[in-house]
Amino acid sequence: MNNIIKMAARNLRRYKRRTLLTSILITLGVVAVLLFISVSGSFKALMIGQITDSMMGHLQIHKKGYLASMDSLPLNRNLQEKQIAKIRGLLDGNDAVEAYSMRLKLGAMFSNFNETTNIRLIAVNPKQEILAAPMLQDRFLQGEKEGLLAKGEILIPELIAKGMKVKLGDSIVLVATNKDGSVNGQSFVVRGILEGISGPGGRDGYIHLEDAKSLLRIEGKEISEIAIRLKDMGDLEEVFATLKTTLSSFKNKKDKPVFEVHTWEKLSPFSKIAGMIDLMTLFIKVMLVAIVLVSIMNVMVMSVYERINEIGTIAAIGTKPGKIMALFLAEGLLLGVFGTMIGVVLSLIGIMIMNVSGISFDFGRQKGLMLAPTIAATDVVMVAAIVIAIAVLGSLQPAWKAAKMDPITALRHV
Amino acid sequence: MSIVVARQLCKDYVAGDIVVKAVREVSFTIEPASFVSFVGPSGSGKTTLLNMIGCLDPPSSGSLEVAGKDVTGLNSNKSAIFRGENIGFIFQDFNLIPVLTVFENIEYPLIMVQNWPVQKRKKQVEKMLEAVGMTDQGHKYPNQISGGQKQRVAVARALVTNAKLVLADEPTANLDRKTASRIIDLMKAMRDEFSTTFIFSTHDQRVVKNAEIIFRLEDGELQTESNGQGGDS
Repeated sequence: MNNIIKMAARNLRRYKRRTLLTSILITLGVVAVLLFISVSGSFKALMIGQITDSMMGHLQIHKKGYLASMDSLPLNRNLQEKQIAKIRGLLDGNDAVEAYSMRLKLGAMFSNFNETTNIRLIAVNPKQEILAAPMLQDRFLQGEKEGLLAKGEILIPELIAKGMKVKLGDSIVLVATNKDGSVNGQSFVVRGILEGISGPGGRDGYIHLEDAKSLLRIEGKEISEIAIRLKDMGDLEEVFATLKTTLSSFKNKKDKPVFEVHTWEKLSPFSKIAGMIDLMTLFIKVMLVAIVLVSIMNVMVMSVYERINEIGTIAAIGTKPGKIMALFLAEGLLLGVFGTMIGVVLSLIGIMIMNVSGISFDFGRQKGLMLAPTIAATDVVMVAAIVIAIAVLGSLQPAWKAAKMDPITALRHV
Repeated sequence: MSIVVARQLCKDYVAGDIVVKAVREVSFTIEPASFVSFVGPSGSGKTTLLNMIGCLDPPSSGSLEVAGKDVTGLNSNKSAIFRGENIGFIFQDFNLIPVLTVFENIEYPLIMVQNWPVQKRKKQVEKMLEAVGMTDQGHKYPNQISGGQKQRVAVARALVTNAKLVLADEPTANLDRKTASRIIDLMKAMRDEFSTTFIFSTHDQRVVKNAEIIFRLEDGELQTESNGQGGDS
């Protein structure tokens, strides 16, 4: 095998320019794919991180049917005390769960005593929320982020703060409709102004859970959702499956499931963008495969054609067809390996340069998001393996042709 | 035991509706360590016969034994193995591999065909280089040596595997008179040293003159078998 590789390397060196051009083509393809994977992957991870870590959590549990009517923030589909206790029992016993936060979602009228507007609010226990959505504090544009918020305080989204000309420390009034249809008002002090982010809930305000209960005149424990943060996002599918199975066993009197559980992907429209990114990555990979396949096939077909007489000679002196085939496959393999190795090295250098220079971009209203491109070893190995396998595959037909060549015909070829 | 035994050997080529009988019921025997020449005009079937003896082309009918083995029905893989073990080839155009040095060209069959260990094959190649008088040329590439030297390398390559039989198709056609003469002398010396059978197809009277046995072919038929001037008998 070693000798076949040596011979193949010699043969590649005889057409230096052609070998170089083909290798450059493969290298460019590998660089394009790896850089795309690293940049798009970084963008995806950044956006997913923002959505899950600053707002949504990795999973959410609601009462069955809540999600379908989420836009109207229905109070009659809240989880009750006994149901909450069951879920807490499940989550506390799951080692993959890092934290969870009980939330009550509501709509209210927001008044600065001069003007009134609508606001969507998430009422939270600050301690729980900080653990379940650790990046929420990073969304503070103004105000004291330590401790998130206390009773009587409100965090308002940037758009409402600007629109209603509300500053830190200002008093505002929230008026909300209770479950029984009556209305109630309560004053709050503006503790912080939050940066809006993409996705549902990205422009909601925050108040303390106890304040929400008094505003809505709720007695006892009652929440709309439980946002769950996992220790490792890689466990998402497994935890989701476990929770789904367990929660579906809780049935109401009509033998219907009481709870529903969803991953962030189901809850956020960004999962569609993430899906598009994955599709684009696949498309780029297919293009790479096409580039490698066509360029290698072209080179190897030429190589066989130019060496017909030589193939006749080596066949005549007793080289077995299998070895002739191996010789040409090895040439394709070496071209693939050579192009891939250079491509991987250049890509890693490129990724390093991008990280050192810092790439910022704007996404919607979010300005100056910093990309930190990285690439997983598995991605590098997978791309390299695909390219090398395709290089060998591209050599297969010419190599087969060489191996099957009639020595006499080949020796007569001029 | 004879090195080549041909009985009623035929080779037909079909081109459309036309059947060309290249070799017609040829029978002959060649003994080991002979220096044999097939002569005849163009199209007489010399090269076809050589190709059949070299297991490159199967006969259409008849039987053919080479080195004691019936080679009539060998498939491409088995005939490649047989050629690698028993037969060496010398070509009119030398057919050296341009990317390999002289040393490596001679070494090639030992690596790619017979898989000899490194030290053993190094010794063997050096022995062959010395035998063909190319000891100091081993590092050169084919484009750096003359035609005569290329044919010497080809002779060494044909003999390096200790082949029992060497087939040479017009080995001196591309060489000048003086060089051709040297190559013939070399091949004869090799025959004497290694007891290898040399079979040629040629037009070249210098080669014919040196042959011990001459087979004359015409229109695919063996006309005469005679002892040449190079023979003892």
